[in-house]
Amino acid sequence: MAEPVLSIRDLSVEIPTRHGIVKPVDGVSYDIRAGEILGVVGESGAGKSMAGNAVIGLLSPPAHIASGEIWLNGKRIDQLRGEAMRRLRGKEIGMVFQDPLTSLNPLLRIGDQLVETMRTHLKISEKEAEKRAVAALEEVGIPGAASRVNSYPHEFSGGMRQRVVIALALCAEPSLVIADEPTTALDVSVQAQIIALLKRLCRERGTAVMLITHDMGVIAEATDRVAVMYAGRLAELGAVEQVLTRPQHPYTHGLMASTPLASEGKARLHQIPGAMPRLDAVPDGCAFNPRCPRATEVCRTPPPPRVKDGMAACWHPLVEDVEEKVS
Amino acid sequence: MTDIPVAPPPKSRLRLALESDVFYTFRRSPVAVISALVVLVLLVSAIFAPWIASTNPFDPASLNLMNGFTPPLEPNAFTGDSFLLGTDDQGRDVFSTILYGMRISLFVGVAAVAFAMVLGITLGLISGYVGGWVETIIMRVADVQLTFPSILVAMLIFGIAKGITPVEYRDQMAIWVLILAIGLSDWVQFARVVRGATLVEKNKEYVQAARLIGRKPGAIMLRHILPNVLSPVLVIATISLALAIIAEATLSFLGVGAPPTQPSLGTLIRIGQGFLFSGEWWILFFPACTLLALALSVNLLGDWLRDALNPRLR
Repeated sequence: MAEPVLSIRDLSVEIPTRHGIVKPVDGVSYDIRAGEILGVVGESGAGKSMAGNAVIGLLSPPAHIASGEIWLNGKRIDQLRGEAMRRLRGKEIGMVFQDPLTSLNPLLRIGDQLVETMRTHLKISEKEAEKRAVAALEEVGIPGAASRVNSYPHEFSGGMRQRVVIALALCAEPSLVIADEPTTALDVSVQAQIIALLKRLCRERGTAVMLITHDMGVIAEATDRVAVMYAGRLAELGAVEQVLTRPQHPYTHGLMASTPLASEGKARLHQIPGAMPRLDAVPDGCAFNPRCPRATEVCRTPPPPRVKDGMAACWHPLVEDVEEKVS
Repeated sequence: MTDIPVAPPPKSRLRLALESDVFYTFRRSPVAVISALVVLVLLVSAIFAPWIASTNPFDPASLNLMNGFTPPLEPNAFTGDSFLLGTDDQGRDVFSTILYGMRISLFVGVAAVAFAMVLGITLGLISGYVGGWVETIIMRVADVQLTFPSILVAMLIFGIAKGITPVEYRDQMAIWVLILAIGLSDWVQFARVVRGATLVEKNKEYVQAARLIGRKPGAIMLRHILPNVLSPVLVIATISLALAIIAEATLSFLGVGAPPTQPSLGTLIRIGQGFLFSGEWWILFFPACTLLALALSVNLLGDWLRDALNPRLR
C-alpha cells in the first residue's frame, strides 16, 4: 500500500487556561492516503476542526500542539515554524472553509485571488496564471468562466462562491485538501452538488481529503473512511460502510440511531442521554462512560484501548468478534 | 447550472461611480451638494490663487502703503484705487491675502492629515494584526496622548521642533514643523479605528486563507486587510481635515504657527483682530468667514460621508 499523504500520530493539542490545561485534541492518530477521502465526524467541540487547524498550522495561540507527530508526504511538519511552514502549507495543503461569504476577500476580483494563490507557489507567468484561473473556474462548473473571472465575490451566490473556494483550494495543486464543514452554510440542494464536485476533483487528481463535518449524510455520500471523534479523542476509525452499518463504539451507534430517517415516520427519534463533557471536566477512563449504556467498572478507570483501523476505542464494542483483537 | 446567465459586459468606471449608492445619496442630500460646491470653489480658488488674485500680497514691490485701510468697495481717499474686500494696514488687498492664506491653510491641513493617516494606519494595522506586546506599547502610547488636548500636544511638538531648528531656517521650516505637529497630534484616532477594524477582519476566513496559501504578513496587511478597513478611515480623514485646518488656524492665531511672511487664514485673523476695535472690521471679518466656510463645509461633507458609508445610520 502506498505511503499515506497525511499521517497523524498521537496528536494532542493543549490550551492553557486559568482553570488548568484543556485538551481539545487528545491522542488522535489517523492516516489519509492519496485519492482517499477521510470523514472526520463528531459533535460541536469534539475537536474535529482543532485537529485540522493543527495540521495546517493555523492554531491560534495559546492553543498549541503539545505532543504527537504530523507527517505530510514523508516529512514531519508539526515542528516547522515560520518560513518553512509558510512555504509548505500553501503548496501542499489546500483549505475549504465553512462560510463562503467570508472566505473570499470582498474587494478582490475572484480571478485575482486565484492568480495570487497560484503565483505564490507555482512558478508561472501572470498570463499563464490567468489562463489557468479561467480553466479552474470552468472545472468547478462556473458558467461563462472567461468573463466571470472579473467578477467580485458579492456577484456570486453562496453555492457559486463555495465552488470558487474549491477552485482556490485546488489551484496550487496541493496533495491534501482540508474541507472544514464545506456545506454547513449552504442549502441542501446545493450541498449535494458541492460534495459531488469535491469528490470528483479529488478523485481525478489523486488529492487526499480530510472532510470535517457533523453531517452523517455527507459522510455516507462522500467518504471512504470515517474517524469518529468524541471529547477530543478518537472513538472509532474504519471504512465508511463498516462504521455506518456496523458501528462498534456505543457512541457511533447512538449517533447513527439519532439520525432522522424519512421512512421512519412515527417512531420517536433516538437520542443519547446527557451531553458531551466540558473539555475541562472529561471523566477518567473512557470519556463516553457516563452516557454509555454498556459502561462497566473497567470503563471508568483505565483509558480505553487505542484505536486501530477498523476498530473502536471501547472495552465493550458492539461487535463481539472484535473483542479478541483488543486483548 | 447551465441556465445561470453570463455576467454582463463590465461598465466603465465613471458609469459605475454615477450609478453607485454613494453617489445617489449624494445627489439626494442638498447639504452635501452645497458643501461640496463650497469646498470645490475654495479649493480651486486656492490652487489658482496667482491667476485669480489681483496682486501678490507678499511681493513688496506690488504694495502701495498709501492704499492702507481702504474699506471694501470704496475708492481709496488718496489713490482712488478700489478693492473688493478692502485692504489692511500695509495696503495689501484682503481678497488676495485670503486666497494666498487659504493655500497655506489647505496645504497644511491636507499634508497633516495625510501624515497622520499614514502613521495611524501603519501603527493600527501592525498593532491589530501582530497583537501581543507590540499592540500594547502602541495603544498605550496612543492612550497617553489622548489624555492631553491635541492642540496642547501640537504646541508642545511645535515648540520642541522650533527649538532644535537653527534660527536662520525657522521661517522656511515653520510650515513643515506645523504639519509635523498637527499630524503627530492626530494619528491616534486613525490608529484606533484601523486597529479595531483589523481585529475584525483578521479573523475572517479570507485572511486565514491568505495566511494558509503562504502570503507574508506584510502582503496580507496591505493587500487583504487594508482595503477592507479603508471606509471608516475615509470618514475620519474628512472630519480630521476640518479639525486640522482649525488646529492650524488656532496655532497661527496664537502666534506659534505660520509666520507673517507666509500667513495662513489663522495668521490673517490674528493680524486682523488688532484692528477690529478701531473700525477696520474687514481685515478680520473676511478671513474669518472664509475659515468658517471652509471648516464647516468640509465637516458637513464628512458627516454626510459617514452616513453614506454606514447604511445602518440611515
